[in-house]
Amino acid sequence: MAMTITEKIFARAAGQDRVRPGDLVNANIDIIMCHDVTTPPAISMLKEKGIDRVFDPDKIVVTPDHFQPAKDIQSAELHKRLDTWAKEKGIKHYYKLGRAGVCHALLPEQGHIRPGEVIVGGDSHTCTYGAFAAFSTGIGSTDLAAAIATGQLWFKVPASMKFVLKGRLSPGVYSKDVILAAITAVGTDGALYRAMEFVGPALKDMSMEARMTITNMAIEAGAKNGIIAFDEITRAYLDAHLKQKAEYTVFESDADAEYVETVEIDCTALEPLVALPHLPSNGSPIGDCAGTPMDQAYIGSCTNGRIEDLRIAAQIMKGRQVAIRTIIVPATPEIWKQCIDEKLAEVFYDAGCVVSAPTCGACLGGFMGILAAGEKCISTTNRNFVGRMGSPKSEVYLASPATAAASAIEGKLADPRKYMG
Amino acid sequence: MAKAHVYKRDHINTDEIIPARYLNTDDTAELAKHCMEDLDIGFVKKCKPGDVIVGGVDFGCGSSREHAVWALQGAKVGAVIADTFARIFYRNCINCGFYPIELENAAEKINDGDEVEIDYENGTIDNKTQGKEIAFKPLPDFAIQIVKDGGLLENIQKRR
Ligand code: SF4
Repeated sequence: MAMTITEKIFARAAGQDRVRPGDLVNANIDIIMCHDVTTPPAISMLKEKGIDRVFDPDKIVVTPDHFQPAKDIQSAELHKRLDTWAKEKGIKHYYKLGRAGVCHALLPEQGHIRPGEVIVGGDSHTCTYGAFAAFSTGIGSTDLAAAIATGQLWFKVPASMKFVLKGRLSPGVYSKDVILAAITAVGTDGALYRAMEFVGPALKDMSMEARMTITNMAIEAGAKNGIIAFDEITRAYLDAHLKQKAEYTVFESDADAEYVETVEIDCTALEPLVALPHLPSNGSPIGDCAGTPMDQAYIGSCTNGRIEDLRIAAQIMKGRQVAIRTIIVPATPEIWKQCIDEKLAEVFYDAGCVVSAPTCGACLGGFMGILAAGEKCISTTNRNFVGRMGSPKSEVYLASPATAAASAIEGKLADPRKYMG
Repeated sequence: MAKAHVYKRDHINTDEIIPARYLNTDDTAELAKHCMEDLDIGFVKKCKPGDVIVGGVDFGCGSSREHAVWALQGAKVGAVIADTFARIFYRNCINCGFYPIELENAAEKINDGDEVEIDYENGTIDNKTQGKEIAFKPLPDFAIQIVKDGGLLENIQKRR
């Protein structure tokens, strides 16, 4: 029977020849991602229940990121619990301050993501890793505890939905605009419980960084996972990043695999988009919203805090001044260093921005860039819910790094295309 | 008797149920103080033990933070009834032994302030105020077992 990539990965992980959407399977987990907000409670639950076991200390990747470096005493306590546990259990891949970064940017960069595997993490944007033809999804703390102890979790195999990315992106339009368009097309629950499989010629022009921006936001359409097939671009990235265990299995969707729905996005016709408050599905072409005054710009996060994103922002800001508070957050220490080595940091400094250490920070209204009541922020992050970046009376506008950079310069929503080459 | 607090809103998200600014702790009592804060600042005060929340489609969308369920449990909310639930939140509820009730057009069948009594196993809500019985599809058996055991970890322990 024909299967999709997602179904094939589940079949392998459950030790079955085939699975069908709706089947309940018990899957072996290949990698577990742990961070500072959802893992400490999982550790406490295990302690409380007297379950001392860690199924495999080499398959757990730990990085504090949300409130890192600790923003207050309570978050310091969370970090301490994480640290004590990681040391006690001999967790091999434990990224401490100085090497810690925003989880979903860090794991692929440090070579922990392989095609064909099942990856879970205590964070909803764990779906990012699907860019590598892996199944990955976010879970809560109890599931995390169960996965840490047993190395297995039950799943309902999701039905797949196909997103065909047709045509080619025009200059000034990026993968962020594509995913905002896709979410706007189907709504924030348009892919509820489903796998979002992205295919089509537009992917050929996208780096792994750009593809991760797309799968990162699958959860914003309610999906269980986002997934993109393996190709030469995937291979080249993995060749450069996998440090150990360089072998992996590549699964492809069968030509006659079943999809519950197919959505076509004409990338050639896409314009830069801004998701207006308070839903990621409120995509509006920049032409319809340009001119809305902003108070802050935020360029960072697991969605768009990678080196390619910072290069795009720097290109637009070079030789110009920002008109509003602008915060740049390289997502990992390596990106931070590249940002300095490539002299992007200098461009940002000259333009009047502040560049911070890697952290989730203001993306979730944690710290370092919180909004006051009535303030508006143009942000390269993935969520613009009420109160997401601070006061419940503040507003978040989601866009690409290019649109955020152009808007920072003008102090209002602006079309990045007028600043391009 | 349980009272219904109805929010005629779709996509009530985890940031509204428990804002990220309170995620520097996982203490249930502490989280409970801020339950539903960004949606309804008066919620905690008016919620009596066992009361239910009624929402629209995609309830609990957003973050994977189980803190949202703990905040609800800490505030002594008895159940959440909604048209549909976001996936991670739904799973978190079951894993915590907290029953998510899926009911189409929930906010049309239950009005704010209605007194309700829920039979979880048979899947009925007795709306005492309106004098009618509403059926819902009960959770699958294995999920009911997890809820009965008090959560996934308790369930795993029992199975060992
Ligand atoms: S950067 Fe934002 S969305 Fe990404 S993991 Fe951190 S808090 Fe979550």
